[in-house]
Order: sequence, then C-alpha cells, then structure tokens
Amino acid sequence: MNSLIELLQQSFVQNAFMAGTLIAIVSSIVGYFVVLRAQAFAAHALSHVGFAGATLAALLGISGLLGMSGFTVAAALGMGALGKRIRGRDVEIGMILSFALGLGVLFLRLYTNSSSETVSVLFGSILSVTHADIMLTFAFGIGTLIVLAAIFRPLLFSSIDPEVAEARGVPIKALSILFMFLLAITVAEAIQVVGVLLVFALIVAPAAAAQHLTRKPFSAIAISVALGVAFTWGGLLLALATSWPVSFYIAALAAVTYFIAIKIGHLAHPHRHAAQAHDGREHIKIA
Amino acid sequence: MFSILQYPFIQNAFLAGSVVAIVGGFVGYFLVTRGLTFAGHALSHIGFAGAAAALLIGIDPIFGMLVFTVVAGAGIGVFGKELREEDINIGIVMTLMLGLGALFISLYNGYAEQAYSILFGTILGISHTDVLVTLIFGIATIAVLAAIFRPLLFSSIDPEVAEARGVPVRALGIIFLILVAIAVSMSVEVVGVLLIFTLLVGPAATATRLVHFPLGAVAASIALALAYTWLGIFLAATGTWPVTFYIATISFAVYLPVRLLTIRS
Repeated sequence: MNSLIELLQQSFVQNAFMAGTLIAIVSSIVGYFVVLRAQAFAAHALSHVGFAGATLAALLGISGLLGMSGFTVAAALGMGALGKRIRGRDVEIGMILSFALGLGVLFLRLYTNSSSETVSVLFGSILSVTHADIMLTFAFGIGTLIVLAAIFRPLLFSSIDPEVAEARGVPIKALSILFMFLLAITVAEAIQVVGVLLVFALIVAPAAAAQHLTRKPFSAIAISVALGVAFTWGGLLLALATSWPVSFYIAALAAVTYFIAIKIGHLAHPHRHAAQAHDGREHIKIA
Repeated sequence: MFSILQYPFIQNAFLAGSVVAIVGGFVGYFLVTRGLTFAGHALSHIGFAGAAAALLIGIDPIFGMLVFTVVAGAGIGVFGKELREEDINIGIVMTLMLGLGALFISLYNGYAEQAYSILFGTILGISHTDVLVTLIFGIATIAVLAAIFRPLLFSSIDPEVAEARGVPVRALGIIFLILVAIAVSMSVEVVGVLLIFTLLVGPAATATRLVHFPLGAVAASIALALAYTWLGIFLAATGTWPVTFYIATISFAVYLPVRLLTIRS
C-alpha cells in the first residue's frame, strides 16, 4: 500500500492519470454517439489503421499520436465520404484492416527488431507516454470536447432520427463527416491507454453499458463518462498495485460492467430491448 | 535463388503453409458464402487468449488455441440464435479475450517475442511438432469438409429450401463453425491472429467474384491461398521483410482490382 502511495507521487504516474482521465471522458462521450449511430465496427477498424500510423511515426521518429491521428483521420474521411455505402461491408473493411496491419508490421521491422514496441502499441502503454504526447493529448482532447459541445444538439438529433433531422434542414452529411473526424482523433488518443486491440473497451463498452441502463441522452452520457473514468482509474490503480497490465484490467472491468448492465437493463425493463435496432450491423448468421 | 529450399525450416514452412492455405481457401469459400467472415475474425481473437494460456502452462500454443476456438465456435453454433444482431457483445467478448491474452503473456517470461509471434505468425520458425499437428488437423478438416460438401453447400446457398428437403441445417452449421475454429488456429501459425482475414477471407472473397460456380470458386480460392502463401514465404526467405506483410499485401493487391472491376451477380 505504501509503495502504491509512493508510486502515485511519481510524475509519470500523475501524467498517466491526467491523460487517462481526459481520454476516458472524451472516449465515453464520443462512444455514446458511436453506439447510437451503430459505428462500433468503424471504431474498431480505425484503431487497426492507427497501428500502421503509430509504427510509421516510430520509423520516422515523430510523435506516435501524430502518426496515429494522421492515419485514422485519413481513413475516417474516406469512410465518411463513402457514407452509407460502407455499412455491412465487412469483407471490404476486413481486407483494408489486414492490409493496414501488414503495413504496420513492415514499418516496425524497418524501424527495429524489438518486439516490445509492437506490444506497447497493440496493448497500450499509458504509463510510458512521453511528455510531448501528453501535451498533444490534452490539446486534441480539449479540442474534441469543444467541437462536440458546439455540434451537440444537431449531432444528437441526426444520430437518433436522421430522416427527420434531414427534413428539418440539419446538415446530416457534414455532421457525419465531422463526427468521423472526431472519432478518428479519439481512437488515436484511446490507443495510448488501451492499445490498438482494446479500443472497444474504452470507446464502446462504457457507452453501450450506459445505453442498457437508461435511454435519456444526458443521463446515458453522464453514466458513460463515469464508467469510462472508473475503468481507467481502476485499471491504473490495480496495475500499479499488482504489476499486471493496465489494459487487461480496463478490458476486464469494461466487459464485466457491460454484461452486468445488460442484466440490469433486462431486469428493469423486461419487455424492452436496448437501442439496437440499426441496420447494417454485423450479423452472426447460423445456417 | 532456389537454394534456400534446401533448409529444413524453409521446407517445414512450405509444407505447413501449403496445408494451411488449402484448408484456409476451402473453409474460406464457405465463410464468405455464408456471410460469416466476422465470426472468423472473432474466433481468431478468442484464440489469442488460448494460445497465451497454453504458453503460461507450458504447452504448445496451438493446443490452447484449438481448445479456445473450438469451444467458442461450438458455442456460437449452439447459441447462435441469441448471438444474432449483437455485434457489440461479440466485440466486448473479443476485447476481454485479448486483454486476458495480454495478461497471460505478461505473466509468462519473454512477453514481447511470444506475443509478437502469436499476433503476426511464425511460419519461418515453425516447430516440427507444429508441422505434424498442422498436417493431422489439416487432413482431418479437408476430409470432413469433403464428406459434408454437398449438403453444406446446399444449406449455405439456400438454407430454407435445404431445411425443407430434410438437410440437417443446424447440425451442419455447428460442424462448420468447429471446422472454422480449426482452420483459424492453423492459419494463425502463418499470418498470426491479427491477419487471419488475409488467408481465410481474401482468397475466397476474390475467388467468389471471379468464378460463379461453386466447385470452380473453391478451386480458385485454394489456388489463390496457395499462391499467396508460397510467394509470401519465398519473398520473406530471400529478403528481410516479414512473411505476414507480404501475404497481407498480395492478398489486398489482388482483391482490390477484382473488387473494383467486377459486379457482384
């Protein structure tokens, strides 16, 4: 316990907590819209594209966050431009993802033969984020929050009911592209905490759990943020106390909470299925 | 240039790679036809936790992988109805499994190297045991697929009519997912957990766009998978870049023009 308190006085731990908290807040709010707009798979896809960006940045010697966000933003704008046509195209997205990962493997091999770099990109390394990346994280995170606040009402409207929103003159196409841009930045940020492979735990899980508990947008966002911050703090504290990886704890807390939230949702509203009626989802069809 | 073929590790790589490519191309055809590509992706991620757990208790990763993927595949098959339309659930299970895998590997010494080889494949460093395991499971998978080929094809293309004609559609679905689990576990040795798509889905997706009758598409899919694997191993063995990168790039580079130039019928 004493050693935990000593650790908490270290500047790298404090940096991790500050950056982690901001990233958790941004991810949970963006995640609320991701779940509402049924774009969970897009978040997953963007994180894989980020892997190529992070490894190229390492090769060029520039900031990892810059490299990742460069790649994720480019991919997100491409996805946004394709718009509705991208839905349900899991073969196409899967092929692009694999190619991005393959490129990442190549960049990594060209940069170093050490595999520990790879592992930190794949599973996150918030405790070893550089000072420059912490500063960028704050700039990007606060920027994302400001833009989200500015477009909050029309974005919510167009996410819940795109047809009516469009009829009322809301620029849904522009909002959709802008949102993809914010998602790309958020994914790049979240990768620093949980890594490329576990972005779902920080972006989708808190928001999806919250939407099983309430349907009111503001309460759902508040619960989502509270859960996201709790997973991040819990993950960091447990990792510091036991030396198991942060991302394992965050993923485990997220998964357990999510499945408990489903149960609570079913108990509280036995006749209602949580907001999951969007088309274009992945379907696991049997026979 | 062909002198590299004399090395035993290259021969092992070609042998295991060929078996994996044949199984991958064959199973992949049905994955694409049945619209189950996401299940392949999910199973590979679940297998990562199995491989890491096997390392931790000191057995060959492929056994851990097989156990986890086969259990998960059978589970998806049996509880399939409830899993439908719940992609967030599957995403969260995948995330949990990857997190568990990260934990198991961190508890094991040699964290990074092992994680890297499971995630991105180690065909050039494949052990003799793994070659044998791959051969046995590969031949068994192909034998079962050949035995159920006609009813499986019927139930994949038109499940309602097949069911009406008395084809055991549900049982076939479960057997097929178990075969997918085995194919995924084998493919991991070549391209790793993360790039399963390149070998399992890439060749099949390209083949089904080029050839419109089933037997031809299966043959084309297997031929493409073999070509990608051989070329990837050959290029990696003669150069310095990783096998996984070559296979992923070839798979993508062939798929892209085919995708853009063909109209799905």
